[in-house]
Amino acid sequence: MISIKNLHKSYRMGDSSLHVLKGIDLDIKEGELVAIMGSSGSGKSTLLNILGMLDSIDEGEYLLDNVLIEGLTETTAANYRNKFLGFIFQSFNLINYKNALENVALPLYYQGLGRKIRQAKAMEYLEKVGLKDWASHLPSELSGGQKQRVAIARAMASQPKVLLADEPTGALDSNTSNEVMGLIQQINNEGKTILVVTHELDIAHMCKRIVTLRDGVIVEDQKVEQVIVENHV
Amino acid sequence: MNSLKVIFDFDTWQEIFGSIAKNKTRTVITVIGVLWGIFIYITLSGAAKGLDNGFEREFEDMAMNSMFVWPQRTSVPYAGFKVGRYPRFTISNVKDLKRQIPEIQYIAPRNARGVFGGTQPASVVHKEISRTYNIYGDFPEYTKIATKKIYKGGRFINEGDQRNNRKVCVIGERTQEELFDEDENPLGKYIRINNVYFQVIGVHKYLEGGGFETDGDIFIPFNTFRNLYNTGEYVDWFTIAAYADADVVAVEKNVKDVLKKIHKVAPEDERAFGSFNIGEVFNRISGFANGMTFLSLVVGLATILAGVIGIGNILLISVKERTKELGVRRALGATPGEVRIQILLESVFLTLVAGIVGIILGAAVLAIINLATQNQSDFPYTNPTVPIPLVLGALATMVVLGTLIGLIPAQRAVSIKPIDALREE
Repeated sequence: MISIKNLHKSYRMGDSSLHVLKGIDLDIKEGELVAIMGSSGSGKSTLLNILGMLDSIDEGEYLLDNVLIEGLTETTAANYRNKFLGFIFQSFNLINYKNALENVALPLYYQGLGRKIRQAKAMEYLEKVGLKDWASHLPSELSGGQKQRVAIARAMASQPKVLLADEPTGALDSNTSNEVMGLIQQINNEGKTILVVTHELDIAHMCKRIVTLRDGVIVEDQKVEQVIVENHV
Repeated sequence: MNSLKVIFDFDTWQEIFGSIAKNKTRTVITVIGVLWGIFIYITLSGAAKGLDNGFEREFEDMAMNSMFVWPQRTSVPYAGFKVGRYPRFTISNVKDLKRQIPEIQYIAPRNARGVFGGTQPASVVHKEISRTYNIYGDFPEYTKIATKKIYKGGRFINEGDQRNNRKVCVIGERTQEELFDEDENPLGKYIRINNVYFQVIGVHKYLEGGGFETDGDIFIPFNTFRNLYNTGEYVDWFTIAAYADADVVAVEKNVKDVLKKIHKVAPEDERAFGSFNIGEVFNRISGFANGMTFLSLVVGLATILAGVIGIGNILLISVKERTKELGVRRALGATPGEVRIQILLESVFLTLVAGIVGIILGAAVLAIINLATQNQSDFPYTNPTVPIPLVLGALATMVVLGTLIGLIPAQRAVSIKPIDALREE
């Protein structure tokens, strides 16, 4: 599903440049649940941004579902993101003046779907994350765990090929973290490819594979025994 | 999605309504700026128009290009005459004036008693009631220069009256009130003016702004007046109307020059003849009104501009505030074009709503002013309106300005990279 070869990325900081990713090779197959681990500064967020087409590649090759991603304009990147990718953020990033249903329906709006279809689909995904009864609530009326579930529903709504989660449990306590990871596992079990960036080992062990980054290179890439979260949602 | 389709897309507007409605304070503050601008513009230009209409009403009973000329005392010795002579106009001057000044359309010599120069008003008697009123000797042409509204059934002096020295008179509405019973029709009745019986042929309606005329004035034929007061060939003053396309100031000067020559007054003597040029006064006043209209246009447009800049300013701040939201939208698949058009349409929509509300409020204020001044005849203010093209023009200006100003925050919104917008603090 995802294939990266010899990926390099540097940032200019004034006169000097900071070499963040120094040759990453990574293959992720359909249906995998991969944790990308690393301490801060290891380059894991940069990697995720590149995978999310939010950032450009300096050198190397990025194939998403056998489509070569390169030389994107802002507009085509936006269209690809809309079609291929679902984002889950640490701080949820729900739009605070839209209720849960409208938030979930937003990517469908950018897909150009009609309103009725959008709302039906959004409701379907809200039901999937167990928040059907909260559809008309604003984010400020939801708990952290509920917000992240709405965000997951939003990421799922456009039926992307890959879900990218950036520290999805970073702002949650351990109980709700488990809840959210349980949901992610459930979605993965239905066949969705998911990447989770985290620096927490126990979260990483809820995935099926752990890729560890340090100083811009992959130092470890192993399949792990998945810790199944019970009693989710 | 192509951008033209976006504008007519229900969903686009739902997004815009959403973001506008959910940021109420921002929306209200933004709208007030432009609303105030268009409100000022509508109110000012409506008021200027009302003033303009009011002035026009003040002059409606006089021909716009008319003037009075009357003799005063000479101030320069000339042709053997001493200073301080009182040259008197005569009826034969009319012919000379008409022959030498082709721009003159009508000329009406007038005589009066009780109006100027310490002359006694006429004593008028009907039955047991005796009063005094100002009395004028008039040519029928006078009504071509100054409108005289005569009540139903009556008429003004005509050629026949003049030719036959008829003893007929047109009385004022106050005269009728004071001399006749309430249910008595004065037409055809006789009143005694200086012990001579006159038949009443009309009652004139008093009109505002006629200068020295009042609601009690009595008009009789010029020739009858001459016989009554033994004025001979003398004329107190001339009322002159020039053709519509004539330069009234030049005509006024020519009239005076001709009269100076006839009456042997020094050409440089400015004080020998007095004159009042309604055309000139009207031009000056309508120039003032035009100035007011122009001023209101400038002030209104400047205020609208300030308001629209305010909208741009607040949208710029709001884009900054919504950096994260816009980043999320981009991550979810909003193209730069979609973000740009959303901000742009927010700007235009706010401007337009503010403009329409401002126009409605301005119109309401004008309506209130109109009601308050409707029956105030001493206040020159009538029917304040703003022409529809000006209103539409103002709206169009606002849409254009709103679009131009909206481009700045829209560009700012697009220039935010989603990655920067989403970066955790």
